[in-house]
Amino acid sequence: MEKTVFKPKIPIEKQVLTTANGDEAVAYAVKQSYVDVVAAYPITPQTIIVEKYSEFVNDGLVHTEFIPVESEHSAMSACVGAAAAGARAFTATSSQGLALMVEIVYIASALRLPIVMAVVNRALSAPINIHNDHSDAYLMRDSGWIQLFVENVQETYDTTIQAFKIAEDPRVQLPVAVNLDGFFLSHTLENFYMLPDDTVYEFLGGPRKLVNVKVDYFSEEVPLVLNPARPLTFGSLDLYDYYFEHKVQQVEAMKNVPPVVREINEEWYKLTGRRYGDGVVDAYGVEDADIVIVAMGSGAGTIRSVVKKLREKGEKIGLLKIRMFRPFPYSDIAEILSGAKIVAVMDKAIGPGSFGALYEDIAVSLYDLDERPLLLDYIYGLGGRDLPPSLVYRMIEEVKKDLESKSVERKIRYLGVRE
Amino acid sequence: MTVQTLPEFPVKKGEPAYKVWIFEPGWKGEIPLNFNLRQLAEQKRPVLLPGHRLCAGCTAPLVVKLASFALRGPTIFVNATGCLEVASTIFPYTSWAAPWIHVAFENAAAVAGGVESAIKALKKTGRLPYDHVDVIVFAGDGGTFDIGFQALSGMAERGHDVLYILYDNEAYMNTGIQRSGGTPQFASTTTSPAGEVIPGKTQAKKPIADIMVAHRIPYVATATPAHWMDFMKKVRRGLEVNGPAFIHALSDCNRGWRHETDISVEIMRRAVDTCYFPLWEWTPEQGYMLTDRSLAIARNPALKQPIEKYIEVQGRFRHLLKPENKELLKQFQEYVDKVWEDLLRRASNAPK
Repeated sequence: MEKTVFKPKIPIEKQVLTTANGDEAVAYAVKQSYVDVVAAYPITPQTIIVEKYSEFVNDGLVHTEFIPVESEHSAMSACVGAAAAGARAFTATSSQGLALMVEIVYIASALRLPIVMAVVNRALSAPINIHNDHSDAYLMRDSGWIQLFVENVQETYDTTIQAFKIAEDPRVQLPVAVNLDGFFLSHTLENFYMLPDDTVYEFLGGPRKLVNVKVDYFSEEVPLVLNPARPLTFGSLDLYDYYFEHKVQQVEAMKNVPPVVREINEEWYKLTGRRYGDGVVDAYGVEDADIVIVAMGSGAGTIRSVVKKLREKGEKIGLLKIRMFRPFPYSDIAEILSGAKIVAVMDKAIGPGSFGALYEDIAVSLYDLDERPLLLDYIYGLGGRDLPPSLVYRMIEEVKKDLESKSVERKIRYLGVRE
Repeated sequence: MTVQTLPEFPVKKGEPAYKVWIFEPGWKGEIPLNFNLRQLAEQKRPVLLPGHRLCAGCTAPLVVKLASFALRGPTIFVNATGCLEVASTIFPYTSWAAPWIHVAFENAAAVAGGVESAIKALKKTGRLPYDHVDVIVFAGDGGTFDIGFQALSGMAERGHDVLYILYDNEAYMNTGIQRSGGTPQFASTTTSPAGEVIPGKTQAKKPIADIMVAHRIPYVATATPAHWMDFMKKVRRGLEVNGPAFIHALSDCNRGWRHETDISVEIMRRAVDTCYFPLWEWTPEQGYMLTDRSLAIARNPALKQPIEKYIEVQGRFRHLLKPENKELLKQFQEYVDKVWEDLLRRASNAPK
């Protein structure tokens, strides 16, 4: 059988090789995504996104209305207003800013508004710390947003554009948070390939398209937007007789997300030649692995390089990168991890008095398996602490010992903390 | 009484569903001669339809209805959490014949800023099916004086083209009459009760309209639904200026102010007659201008009533009328006089 070489629609030589940090990559992606309203308040390490974007606005390169709000709470509020009025809206934040806006973060998803937000992950106070961990992302875990985690600058750029398409898909209509690690990605220069502007415009299908809804009052389907010709009421009071049903509808919408994310990942592959696993999870060498490490974000990149080297030596080790944290792909993970003997989950945040959130989700995924792998939780990198390859090697040595003894004594372990 | 005829739904494509404004687009300020409140009620349809669940005697719906009679075209309404919001939109019902959004208690101004920016962006790219869409915010005193003040101040500073109408019932009425930054001194509320030692709220009312004047936005006014024509004209002016406008409307709450439901409008009239709540408007060009009844009082000070006229009909001030609290009543009168005289000094049309 003749093997055909896959050729993407926009081959690599037609893409523009640029150097930028993660924040700038987000700004470029938003610039190309025909966004109508950007509202943001500066917070380290997110600032570069809005700084760069303000340049685009003030140089007349985009049609976007930029709202320099007085707080993150108002940033999300303005995005909710703009999205409800039919605009494609974007904001970016981090840490304390996300904590301040979290009230409206819940409202944005419950009103089914396809807002995209870049969350440049940073530790929460106190003690105040400007560096990276995932405690802010875990804070909005149950808010009903789709949460995607990226590994490098190229993925940051690609995912931000995909996020608009995922959010606005008629089956989804939910906001998307693109999580990139503060400083590790936001401030690190990397080469990445950018698409031509019109390709992105075409990929997104032009400006935002509204979905139609059936309302008893009207004899036709009306667009879900603040429209003077077909007035709708957004954000009404829901008592015990409807609130529950509406929340369940949100859950139903979440169920549509994984197939859409996978579809868009494939579509992106055909367009650019790049894809990230199946879009939901990115498994590397887990088919035959005894030891599987589960991680999210930029840390997955470091672990990937270590795992690669160990596999070259013939060790049965794999990496499972979670790209889509919410909705969590429980059954996919159960399938992927069913052959493993021991699974080490890497959490970059912790809730005092419990396990890391990723660990809990992995444990839930594995619970129904007949033969469950051993499971342990590594907390690492809090407050921006580095994860050098040497630390990953040390962790893997520890995990190997657990595998030999077939028991896990301490479930939670801290990686790289001074005793 | 003739039966009110409502426009049929659905209306023609691309047309607003509530084509009800009395002042047609291009209105320049002249009042139709053959025009009174009854005609208005019978012939015009407000954006707030019958069937809402606000209390009998509440004036918040009057504020909304009168404001909606002064619309000039397609309008989007933003509402802060409060009585008006919870009582008019209990799912699956809504009283709003206009596009309406509520997000949270403290961010109505920010949401309106987002809506306005979206309208601008859509217009810029040729996707807005109208020449212009107005944005109006309704918020209570809690969502304006207190928790929502930051968003309001930010919106004013950024210059969004939004009309913000505060309906001020002088306490957190939606949660059961707790004091707010808008509660007047000595008023008894559930968190500032008139007790044995402390006689109601000890602090004075925050001068919110003056604070908005200090923002140097294009238009600020005070109004009450009792002075309905004055109110409607102010709403229209607020819509027509290019930039943020703020209207502070006194809005009676018979539950919180403790009185019978049939004297709400009368009480608001007395608020103006006693100069407790003077009517004025402010623009950067003309400064403070007294309007309606307050202008009449300025020209003829004999019309000014003592503050007792305002408080005697309200249970929340009942303790001030006791003989032992004479001193407090005097203090209240002095405070009102001082504010009124200060306004007379600033108002450019007050007789000097």
